Amino acid sequence: MSTGWKAVAIAAVLSAGVLALSDGLGEARAEYGDVVMNNYSDAAGMRPAVFPHWFHRVRFRCKVCHSDLGFKFKAGGNEINMLKIIDGQFCGACHNGSVAWSVENCDLCHSAKPGTPTQVHESTINLLGGAEAGPAGAAATSPGGGRASATGKK
Amino acid sequence: MVLIAEAPIAAETVRRWLPLAQDGLHDPANPALRLLQEPSVALSRLPSDRVGNQVNWVAALEGGHINPRTNILPESRVRMIDLDILLNLRGGTPIVRFPHRQHTLWLDCSNCHEHLFKSKAGANKFSMERILKGEQCGVCHGAVSFPLTACERCHNTPRNKPPPAAAVRGS
Ligand code: HEC
Ligand code: HEC
Ligand code: HEC
Ligand code: HEC
Ligand code: HEC
Ligand code: HEC
Repeated sequence: MSTGWKAVAIAAVLSAGVLALSDGLGEARAEYGDVVMNNYSDAAGMRPAVFPHWFHRVRFRCKVCHSDLGFKFKAGGNEINMLKIIDGQFCGACHNGSVAWSVENCDLCHSAKPGTPTQVHESTINLLGGAEAGPAGAAATSPGGGRASATGKK
Repeated sequence: MVLIAEAPIAAETVRRWLPLAQDGLHDPANPALRLLQEPSVALSRLPSDRVGNQVNWVAALEGGHINPRTNILPESRVRMIDLDILLNLRGGTPIVRFPHRQHTLWLDCSNCHEHLFKSKAGANKFSMERILKGEQCGVCHGAVSFPLTACERCHNTPRNKPPPAAAVRGS
């Protein structure tokens, strides 16, 4: 297709000064949509947890988790911990030995490099570079709609 | 400061996925790493795309390559709607034809209505800048669904042709 409009449009959007995007192909990167959760893990001496969207969406539609099970669209925003998981909430709705393998497989979930912050890997917000973009920060507080900033919660 | 890489890549390029141990995210020292599935094993079998997971997830679902479950709780409902809405009617870029059908194959109405979008054509004030900041369409596109670099998948309907039938005019 003609990309003429794209060049003009990109220039227009960029005049807002927020965008530094690349397709990221060929760079070292984790899989698109991988979520790292590290609200508590570092402090507890566990590796941060990794949730791979690509793996789960082969098996489940988004609605199963984000509507039926109540996961909010926000990396780190569900404040998941082991008590809730063992109680059958969040990951524990499936990782209970019946829908999927159970909680004793600590290292399958806790698999990130120590110190990796809470984030969605390869998200536009991360690519936007400066997490200091003010309005994006404000968005993170909108109900269910916003998302964590590049650094997320620690 | 500003950098756009419009990758000059042909439609059929060789797709490569980094091994987990080298993806910069997983800890290679984790003994359980080898038990996890490598993205290349699962994703190379699915219809290709240039961006995101390098998988066209709509084609994967519609073509029967995957059959993700719609529920694990027996009482949960599956709701679908086939309704296209035309957005960005006044801008300079191609019109955005928002398809409900492809979205409700994956999502429930409550994932968008009413907290992200009012369910009334023309009732929402969209902005590309807010989308790029991860709001509106950008809540999913740019995080999990195909990323915002794929401009023409949203800006998908030429302006100089009469608008396609069976589509509601939004904003
Ligand atoms: C199904 C995935 C999964 C499995 C299996 C799992 N965890 Fe977790 N765990 C998580 C998630 C998600 C969090 C939240 C991470 C965060 O935000 O830091 C978490 C948090 C934690 C925390 C910090 C919060 C708290 O509750 O104290 C500890 C400690 C922990 N896990 C230990 C373990 C141990 C030990 C095992 C094995 C017996 C285990 N986990 C198995 C997903 C899992
Ligand atoms: C198996 C459960 C599951 C499925 C299926 C699933 N997700 Fe998620 N999603 C999660 C979890 C877990 C998180 C992270 C929540 C947290 O950190 O508290 C998340 C986070 C997100 C976020 C927030 C990212 C951000 O910007 O912070 C978005 C957007 C999202 N998912 C979209 C989707 C879409 C679209 C689909 C379907 C294609 C989908 N998810 C399927 C479990 C799921
Ligand atoms: C809707 C059900 C569901 C939920 C909720 C869910 N999972 Fe899973 N998960 C599965 C299934 C099914 C598998 C595959 C199990 C198998 O292969 O036996 C799986 C596998 C995994 C794997 C292994 C992937 C691989 O490479 O083999 C990881 C890691 C994982 N889940 C993490 C999580 C974390 C972390 C959470 C919570 C944040 C979570 N899951 C929530 C259903 C779920
Ligand atoms: C996820 C869907 C989506 C993607 C991807 C997307 N846009 Fe948009 N864009 C929209 C919507 C919806 C609007 C409507 C905003 C409005 O009505 O003002 C819009 C509006 C715009 C506008 C302002 C209105 C106009 O036409 O002048 C520009 C410029 C624009 N987009 C450029 C881009 C560029 C460049 C890209 C790729 C980097 C892109 N868009 C990718 C959904 C998208
Ligand atoms: C991915 C997000 C998303 C999902 C999921 C979704 N919608 Fe929508 N819906 C939209 C958007 C965007 C609009 C356009 C609003 C506008 O024009 O400002 C819209 C508009 C509508 C309208 C207004 C049509 C008109 O003619 O005024 C109705 C009715 C509607 N949706 C119903 C539904 C129902 C029912 C479901 C579930 C079966 C659903 N939607 C799922 C995003 C979504
Ligand atoms: C709640 C999450 C969510 C929101 C919000 C959302 N989408 Fe999507 N969208 C998806 C998912 C899931 C798919 C399936 C493809 C994928 O994941 O890459 C998709 C696919 C699409 C497609 C491709 C359809 C096809 O046939 O290939 C278009 C076009 C699209 N979205 C436009 C939009 C526009 C425009 C908006 C904002 C008005 C929007 N989306 C908001 C989740 C979302």
